[in-house]
Order: sequence, then C-alpha cells, then structure tokens
Amino acid sequence: MNQKRLPIVLGALTILLVTVFILSLNMGVVKIAPLDVLRTLFGQGTEKQNLVLFDFRLPGMIIALVIGAGLGVSGAILQGVAQNDLADPGILGINTGAGFAVILYIFFFQESMARVTGFGLYILPVFALLGAFVAAILVYVLAWKKGVNPVRLILVGIGINAGFSAALIIFQVKMNPQDFNQALVWLAGDIWMSNWNLVFAVVPIIILMILYTIYKSSTLNILNLGDQMSIGLGAAVEKERRTLLLLAVGLAGLCVAAGGGIAFLGLVAPHIARRLIGPRHEQMLPVAALTGALFLLAADTIGKNIIAPAEIPVGIVVSIVSTPYFIYLLMKTQ
Amino acid sequence: MSEHANHSEKQQLEGLTSRYLRATIIFIIASFLVVFLLGVSISVGVTDIQLQTVWEAVFAFDSSLTNHQVIWELRLPRALGAALVGAFLAVSGAVMQGLTRNPLASPSIMGVTHGAAFALIVAIVFFPTISNSGMTISAFIGAGLGVILVFAVGSFSKGGLTPVKLALAGVAVGGMLSSLSSAISLHFQVAKQMSFWYAGGLAATDWVSVKILLIAGAVGLTLAFIISRAVTILSLGEDVSKGLGQNTLVAKSLGIIVVFVLTGAAVSVAGTVGFIGLVIPHVTRFFVGTDYRLIIPVSAVFGSLLLVISDIGARLVNAPYETPVGAITACIGVPFFLYLARGEGRGI
Repeated sequence: MNQKRLPIVLGALTILLVTVFILSLNMGVVKIAPLDVLRTLFGQGTEKQNLVLFDFRLPGMIIALVIGAGLGVSGAILQGVAQNDLADPGILGINTGAGFAVILYIFFFQESMARVTGFGLYILPVFALLGAFVAAILVYVLAWKKGVNPVRLILVGIGINAGFSAALIIFQVKMNPQDFNQALVWLAGDIWMSNWNLVFAVVPIIILMILYTIYKSSTLNILNLGDQMSIGLGAAVEKERRTLLLLAVGLAGLCVAAGGGIAFLGLVAPHIARRLIGPRHEQMLPVAALTGALFLLAADTIGKNIIAPAEIPVGIVVSIVSTPYFIYLLMKTQ
Repeated sequence: MSEHANHSEKQQLEGLTSRYLRATIIFIIASFLVVFLLGVSISVGVTDIQLQTVWEAVFAFDSSLTNHQVIWELRLPRALGAALVGAFLAVSGAVMQGLTRNPLASPSIMGVTHGAAFALIVAIVFFPTISNSGMTISAFIGAGLGVILVFAVGSFSKGGLTPVKLALAGVAVGGMLSSLSSAISLHFQVAKQMSFWYAGGLAATDWVSVKILLIAGAVGLTLAFIISRAVTILSLGEDVSKGLGQNTLVAKSLGIIVVFVLTGAAVSVAGTVGFIGLVIPHVTRFFVGTDYRLIIPVSAVFGSLLLVISDIGARLVNAPYETPVGAITACIGVPFFLYLARGEGRGI
C-alpha cells in the first residue's frame, strides 16, 4: 500500500510547498500579485519587483526550505538512533551548543551581529558546526556506560542543554542592548541573513547530507529494531550509530548556523512523515524533509506577516505551533 | 521469638533516635554556617566592610555611618533574600521529588520558573504601572500555571510521571512559555531587562522583597512541615500510602500549594535560579535518610547555604561585575544532574 502512497504523498506535499512558496513571495510590505511573482521569476519583472524578490525574499525562503528539510531529517535520524520518538536536536542540546559557539564568536571576534559579512559568513557556520559537535560529543560520552542507552541519551542531552543555556546567559547579559536583542532573536530561531552568499555557503552541503542520509536509510531501519535485534542481524551497531549521529549533528549544526535555534521542528516533521507514509526510512526521510521544509517556510511566512511590519522570529512561531503537538505525543507514548 | 522482635524493635527505635540526633546536629552546624556566611556575604562587595562593622551595624545601628547604611539598606536584605530563596527552592524541590517519586523533579526543570517569568513579562508589558506586590502576585500566578501544566501533562500521560516524561514535559512547557516570553519581550523591547531577570540575581533585593519572602515562607514552610509525614509515606508509593489509609489527594494538593507559594515567592524576588531544588534534596537525603520530616528542615538550611555561597561567588568571580547567580548554581547543578541522569544516583 505504501508503495503506491509515496508518489501521492510526495506530490501533495510538493503542491502545498509550491503554493506556500508563491504566497510567501507575494506577501510582505511590498505586495506582488501571484501572477507578477511568476512573471518576475521567469525574468519578466520590473526593476523593483526584481529587487524585492531576488535580493530580499528569495534567498531567505530558499534557506528556510533547506534548513526545514535539514532539521526534519536530523530529527528523524536522532529518533531512529535514540529509539525515542521524542528526540530532537533542540532537546539533545545540539542547538544550544551551536548557538553558544556562535555567540562566543560574535562576542570575541565581531563588534556586532549586523557586521558579520564576507569571510565571517563562512566562519560562522564553521563555529556553529564546532559547537554542535562539542555538544554532541559531550552528550555521547557522558551517556556512555557500556553502550548508549536511549533514555540516558535524552536525559544527558537535557542536562547538557541546561549547561549551555547557563553559559549562554553569562555572555548574553554582557552584550550591549542592540547586540543582545539580535542575539536573542537569533537564538529564538531566525533566518537572520537572507543573502545569496549564505545560500551558497550552506545549502549544497545540507542537500548532500540529506541525500546521503536517504542512502543510509536501511541502516536506520535496522537500528530501529532495537540493539539486540540489530546485532543479531550483523550490523556493527555502535559504529553505524556514530556515523548517523555525525550526520544528524552536522545537519543540525549547519541549520543552526543559518537559522538559529529552531526547536521542535526536528521532532514534529518526522512524526508527521511517519503518519503520512509509515516508518520505513527510505520513504519516511524524503517525506520528513518535505514536511520540514513546508513547515518552516509556512512558519517563516506567518512570522513575517502576522504583525507586519514587525517580525516574529520563525523559531518562536515553530515553537508555539509545535509544542502542543509535542505535548500530545508525550502524553500518548508509553 | 517475642524477645527477638522486641530486640529488633528496640534497635529500630535506637536507629530512629540516632538518625534524629544526627539530623539535629547537622541542622545546627549548617545553621551556624549560614549565619556566619551571611556575615561574610554582607562584608564583601564593592567596598569590603569588616565583619565587626557588620556586627555593629546589625546590633548597634548608627545612622550617621555610611557603612552602616550600606549594610542596612543594601547588603543585609540581599543576604537574607539569598538565604530565604535558597531555602524555598530546596524545600520545593524536596516536596516535588517526594510527591512524584521522581529524582529529577525540581522547580527549574519543571517549567515552574518559566511560568513565573512569562507572567511577569506579561505584567510588565501590559500593566507598566504595576507595583512591586502586583509583580509578585503575577509571578505567583505564573508559577502556578507552570506547575499545573506540567503536572497535568504528566498525569494525563500513558504510563504516568516517569523521570523522562517529567523532564520532557518540563522542557516542552518551559520552551513554549519562554518562546512566548521572548516574542513579547522582543516586540515590546524589554528583552534586555528580562534577560537580567532570567539570569537570576539578588542585586535588587530590598526590604519589601524580604517581607514578601517572610510571609510566603511562613505559609509555605509551615505547610511543608505539616505534610512532611504524608510525603514520606507517599514517597514509598501510592499503594502503600492508600493502604495506610492516607488521603493522597489532600497531601498532593497541599504539596502543590507549597511548591507554588515557595517557588512563586523565590522566583519573583530572584528570577530563575536553577538546580538548587534539584541538587539539595539529594544531598540532604544522603545525610539524613528518607524521612521527609528530617529532609524538609535540613534541605531548607542546605538550600540557604548553597545560595548564600553562590551569591557571594556571583560578586567575586568577575568583580566588580556581577555574574548571574543562576549561572553559578548551574555550574554545580549541571554536573549533578548528569550524574543522576547516568543513573548513578538512586532511583532512575
């Protein structure tokens, strides 16, 4: 049944995605009618339309799509590896670790967030990645006790998260008010730099990592069966688990670099995907990626327009929408 | 046979009295330490004041001396505030852990402090002319909201309040409330003010705050002592408790009121100071065993001790700047939380 369902689900998600994409392009302080949007995309727009779409809106939206997909896949991997439906890069402290590294970078090397340009733009994702890996390694090592037990992994993650949050606060209160506000917006989850340079810096890597994860989906299927089963099936569990964790952390780190600390998306997207298509990863991962992309683009559009001209950071929209769902899941799972 | 039974009963009784004796001694020593550290806390600061001057300022106040005024108006309320807040958080944590039989239960893990923070920011933004006591009341309401939400999520869950569930429910409720807080504070541009409050600190403690704390403490701590026996029995399990004819619902409701009054007051004065409520009850159990009639008073003193020390640390670590006291308690609390999470403490 699922075999037939996959094209339908993927098709429906794509149509939704394109619709939201065009709506999002059209909304904003400068409204551009949907037809004009299409015309501009195909190179027939006025100068002003070109400027608004290509220089301001499009890069941010592409980043939203890609990091939404990245977070969805990262969450799916973590849930598979931790064998816990409630795992998410935010809950495991990976987001906060990356956020901490980025705040450190800005605190020590840059005068303000607004001036991160040129070279810094490429350094920033590197710092976010480093932070994500440091957090992940800490969680992994501290959760290790003759192997990594899923419950321990989650609890240790929560602890590490609390630690990084405390460390963050020390630096945050030392910032000047303007930087502080920017840092807060960014930590809450915000696609903070919508320009093509950032698109080129992170998008290709994220896409490659997503594709590689889909390639590894059979391993995830095996890990999902539980340790004993998968050892029996001959998978080198700990090694595979580590590779997959590396992928999940790398994805989350890059997404944080581009979009700040967006929590709960990595949790919700795989769940919706499982509902739509079932648990097999070769089908679930693409659906999770599309769901994540759709979710984040929609949240971004809402955040930018609901109290326009002011903006709500996208991460806050995601959190407000998905926490009730998370709580519902929490109450339902054993 | 009966001789044997008598003998073991006698032994048990001796064990009990010796435990009481030990707890009393620990309580007295810790109390002395708190008093001494209060003196130290008052004497260190931008200008160091000698302990003797502190003594004189408290017991022979002379309003013509600047040092005496500084002590009386700024440092004494701050030190007392730290002691009270520490005690309240520790007792809240102890009651929560006893009631839920969950070693990870504590005000900061469970979204209570985020609830209070959320209510405070709503109050500040929408009622800018709000008085100090109005802010305290809103912190109470918010703390209550947090407690109720987390407990509700826990008790409606399949399989009940397991440690993981409780931690995750706390993360979720806390995350949601803090997202809402950031949204509001960013929109109304009070984010920086909020951050100081979030970071936790006792710098703004004045006599009004101390009064609020004393009133809340009188209610909350008394109630905590009253239910301590019931908490001990509940901590053995719901079935045992019902079997012994206890009304678990009354004990639990009173317990929630204790948590709500004590945490609400603590948070409204000191902001979010994490981990005291988590760590101290465990340390206390290590010293005095599992009887909450002993755990609650000893936790209170240990909590005071920890926060007074942390507050001194907050002023000394990076003098003349203040380090957020919440960061200092986290330095102690996080490793401890990890230790518990690894399952090396009892109970997980």
